[in-house]
This record gives sequence, structure tokens and C-alpha cells, in this order.
Amino acid sequence: MELRGLHNMADTENKNGTNGRRRFLVAATSVAGGIACVAWATPFVMSMMPSERAKAAGAPVEVDISKLEPGMLLAVEWRGKVVWVLKRTPDMLASLAKLEAQLADPKSEREMQPKYAQNTTRSIKPEILITEGVCTHLGCSPIFRRDIAPADLGADWLGGFFCPCHGSKFDLAGRVYKNLPAPTNLIIPPHTYLSESLLLIGADSKEAV
Amino acid sequence: MGKRMTSLMGWIDARMPVTAKWKLHLSEYYAPKNFNFWYYFGSLAMLVLVNQLLTGIFLTMNYKPDASLAFASVEYIMRDVDFGWLIRYMHSTGASMFFVVVYLHMFRGMMYGSYRKPRELLWLIGMMIFFVLMMLAFTGYILPWGQMSYWGAQVILSMVGSIPVIGEPLKDLIMGDYMLSDAALNRFFAYHVVTLPILLLTLVVVHVLALHEVGSNNPDGIEIKKNKDPETGIPVDGIPFHPYYSVKDIVGVVGFLIVFFGIIFFAPEMGGYFLEYNNFVPANSLQTPDHIAPVWYFTPYYSMLRAATVNFLWIDAKLWGIILMCGSVAIFCLLPWLDRSPVKSIRYKGSYFKTALTLFVISVFVLGWLGTKTPTPLYTTLAQIFTVVYFAFFLLMPWYSKIDKTKPEPTRVST
Repeated sequence: MELRGLHNMADTENKNGTNGRRRFLVAATSVAGGIACVAWATPFVMSMMPSERAKAAGAPVEVDISKLEPGMLLAVEWRGKVVWVLKRTPDMLASLAKLEAQLADPKSEREMQPKYAQNTTRSIKPEILITEGVCTHLGCSPIFRRDIAPADLGADWLGGFFCPCHGSKFDLAGRVYKNLPAPTNLIIPPHTYLSESLLLIGADSKEAV
Repeated sequence: MGKRMTSLMGWIDARMPVTAKWKLHLSEYYAPKNFNFWYYFGSLAMLVLVNQLLTGIFLTMNYKPDASLAFASVEYIMRDVDFGWLIRYMHSTGASMFFVVVYLHMFRGMMYGSYRKPRELLWLIGMMIFFVLMMLAFTGYILPWGQMSYWGAQVILSMVGSIPVIGEPLKDLIMGDYMLSDAALNRFFAYHVVTLPILLLTLVVVHVLALHEVGSNNPDGIEIKKNKDPETGIPVDGIPFHPYYSVKDIVGVVGFLIVFFGIIFFAPEMGGYFLEYNNFVPANSLQTPDHIAPVWYFTPYYSMLRAATVNFLWIDAKLWGIILMCGSVAIFCLLPWLDRSPVKSIRYKGSYFKTALTLFVISVFVLGWLGTKTPTPLYTTLAQIFTVVYFAFFLLMPWYSKIDKTKPEPTRVST
């Protein structure tokens, strides 16, 4: 192909002088140079992607929740992110239904949770909430505000999570309030119970898989 | 100059045009004779640049770009390295002062129409310098690996992640990990001390070369090149940069250094505005500080980021916030084409422009102040109102600058 192309160029040279051939050679050299630039840049760009070591990190973590009192929040680290384990009191669970009108996605229709947590409490066991403590807006970690109707959050605050960065609010099931910067509910990570009090965060149960 | 010196310069000039370039850019670069206070900030920006480069080099001698060592190495510089505190405070105060002088330099351009033809490209190069400066500030703020370093970076990088389609892989590429970690700190150090300074220096040279091609604007906004002495070809309203303005700028430098070292010696943290209190706490990936805000020079844009709370069209509130924030910076680039006024300088513009510019300055200050506060419904509403005012200054400019009642420009600069 290449040679024939050159040959055709050589033929037109007789009619148009050397310009056609020169233009072809400049174009061909530019294309070849462009390909060489991409090839040259590849290792540099690839070196910036997460390394093999970074890819290997991120195993599931086991959490013992036997000492978790009602109303208590436990923060654990999984893949460098904070994951909360909150044991909700009956009052806290009762607050969930009252808030539905103020929430953006009260029924958890957007897939921010595994199938087994797509329910009214967004959890496997109703009282235990497991959620990533990472605001879905820009990744800050919201503050657990269990106090009812504090001055700064208003009289209708029934407890939940408040993001100090940009003011997003989430209820005690990690569901986001309407008309605030965060677009979706908090992410529920895959998790399963190894026993009554031993929780595994980062993996689904075998049945679910 | 002795005879030997003259012959030495002759020898050099025959091989490299040093004398010719000296004349072209300094002793025979003719600047308008009516420069005022506002014309200090270009040369002061260069002074701060030199300060940042020098102090930065010395900081790298003791700083460690490692997530487990970085915070302690900064404390080491502050406590155990002789004069380490001075060098570090010169660098951290220099960062804030860089933005002070650059903002005043930009405001000067907006007052006197320095972005107008034929200086559009000069303005755009200046905007590129501003973008690089913001990236330098961002990467530099991460290096102490304190709580604000960590969570500030977390917010900005999450924004990259929310760009549709390419966001997530791009974020991984920038961070070199699936979370903000040592990998990111290490490479931001490389950007901060190598890539971005080289880029900044190159752009500054290009900025000055572009300036010397079109010539400086002045408070009257008229072209001194239109009125040249027929015999010498020198603008009648121009004076050589050296010695007239080099000496004037030295006065500015002295005044600046008094303020600069006053801050370094008496208020290096500037009440939490230059160095935030939460950044004296080591980074903790499990806990966001109760109150996070960027350093003062980013707070107006940050306010606009969180002012977006409503989904609109097919774009959600989160992406709108990012669009508003990036747009609020990028929109300066359009100024040369938004301004349709027949005159350049505020001295000859009418009340519409003066009112618009005043409202714009107020909105920048209010948004800047709101950006340092924890959001409440009232503050969010205020931020929304002033975001509209901010953008109205730019977007309505083609209209109000055109119908504005302007005064006629003089033919000679006023002194």
C-alpha cells in the first residue's frame, strides 16, 4: 500500500511538480510522528495509574459489634474510606418514616446500596445501619448529629448526618434531604453477618452472590 | 563605563544582543507617564514569584513528601531547623500575598480596560498564569498533610470524579490510588516543585514579551503609540521603563516588604485565613473537621460551588455547583469580548459600568466571607443571590457597556 501510494505520487509529480509528493511525505511523517508520540507517552501515563500494590489493597474487614450499644456509632476503615456501623434505637427507627416527604430518594430507588439493603431501613437487620461515611457530594465525612432539633439544624431535625463541607443532610438511614448539594443517598457497602455479632464489610454473603 | 568594559560589551553584543535586549525591554521600553498606585502589582507579583521559588527550594531540603512523614517534617522545619520558621512563613505568607497582588493586578485591568484590543492575548496569557497559580496553591496546600490539606484535596478531587463518563478513571489517574493517599501526596509534590513552577515561569516570560509587543495600557485607557514624536518615533506620553519605573517599583517593593514581613513576624496565620487552624492537626481519613473552608483566596468560588442546591434541566445540583465554580473563574477569559464600551478606562465610562463593577466587588467580598462560614439556609440563600450578581456583571456586560453614557477620551494622558 505504502509503496503504491508513493508510486501514484510520483506519477502526479509529472503534472504538479514536486508539491504533491512533498505534501504526502510531510503528512506521512506527521502521522508516524504522532503515533510515536502516543507510544512514547503511554508508559508515562500508565505509571500514573494506581499501582499493583494499590490494586491489591482493599480486602474486606471484620467488625465485632457485640459491644455496640443502641444509639452508638462505630467508625471503621475499609479501602481507606470510613464506614459507619450505627445501632439505631426504636426512636431513631421511628423517625425514618416521618421524614419521607423531605427526602430526595426515600425509597432508595437509585442503586446506592446492595439489593438486600434496598428497604425502608436500608439495612439487613433493621436496627443496624452500615453505610459509608462519605458524603455523596464531594467526599467529606458527615458528622453524626443525634441531637433532636438543635439550634443550627432547625426544629424539625430528628437526628441524622450533617456534612460540614457544603451543608448536605442525611437521615438515620443515610437518605439525603431534598434540595441540598448531595445528589444521592449515602452508599451502603456490601456487607454480611458472619455470626450474630460479627460483621464482614466489603463482601456479600455467599447466598447473595 | 571604561574603555575595556565598552569593548567587552561590544564583544558580547556581536555574539548575543544583550545591549539591544536591555534597551528593548528596559531602558528604551516606553511606558505611559501616568502610571499610578495600581501599576505596582505586576512587578510585585514577580517579586513574590522570586520569593516563592527561593523559599520553596530551601523548604524542599527538609520537607519529606511521604504521608507518614510529611506533617512531622513541616513541624521539624518550624521548630528545629535554624530559621526554618522564617523560610516557611515567607513561603506560606507569600502564597497568600501572591493572590493579593494578582487580584489587585487583575482588578487594575478591569478598571482601566487593559484586556481590550490589542491586549486580548495578553489578558488570556495572564489568565493562564492565574490558573497555574491556583493549581500551585492547591498542590502546595496538600503538602503539610494536615486535616485541611487532606479534606480540601478530597473535595477538589471528588469534583474531578463527578465529571460525566471520564471522571472516575481521571480521578484514579490523578490520585494514583482509589483513595487519597501517599501516592497522591508524592505526585502533588512533583507537580508543585517541578512541573507547575516551570510552567509558571514560562508563562510569565510570555506575558512580559506579549506586554512589550503591544505596550502598557494606562489609567486613561488611551494608546500612547498613536501620538509619536515625528522625529524620534518615541511616544510623546511615554517614558523609559528604566530608570523611571524601575525606581518607582522599588518604592512599591519597600512598601510591600514592610507589610509582608509585618505579617510574617506578627500574624503569620492571619487569624486562620492564611494558615488554617485545622491544618495543625495531622490528616485523618476517617474524620472530616467540623468546619472546613478553603484558604481565603478560594472562598468566593467555594461559595458558588455550594450555592447550587437545585437540580436544573438534566444536570443535577452537584454538577451545577462544579460548573458554577469553574465558570466563575473561566468567565474572566471572555472579558475582552464582553465589553462593548467605546472607551476603555473607568475614568470615561458611565454610571452603569461603575455600578456594575461596584456590585461585582461587593459580591466577591460577600461570597468570600460566606465561603469561610458553615452553611445555613440564610447563608445559602445569600450565596445564591450574590452568585447571580457575580455572573450578571459578566453576562450583562455586552448590554450595559454599550448603552452606558461615556465621556469622550482625551488625546493625551492626564497627569
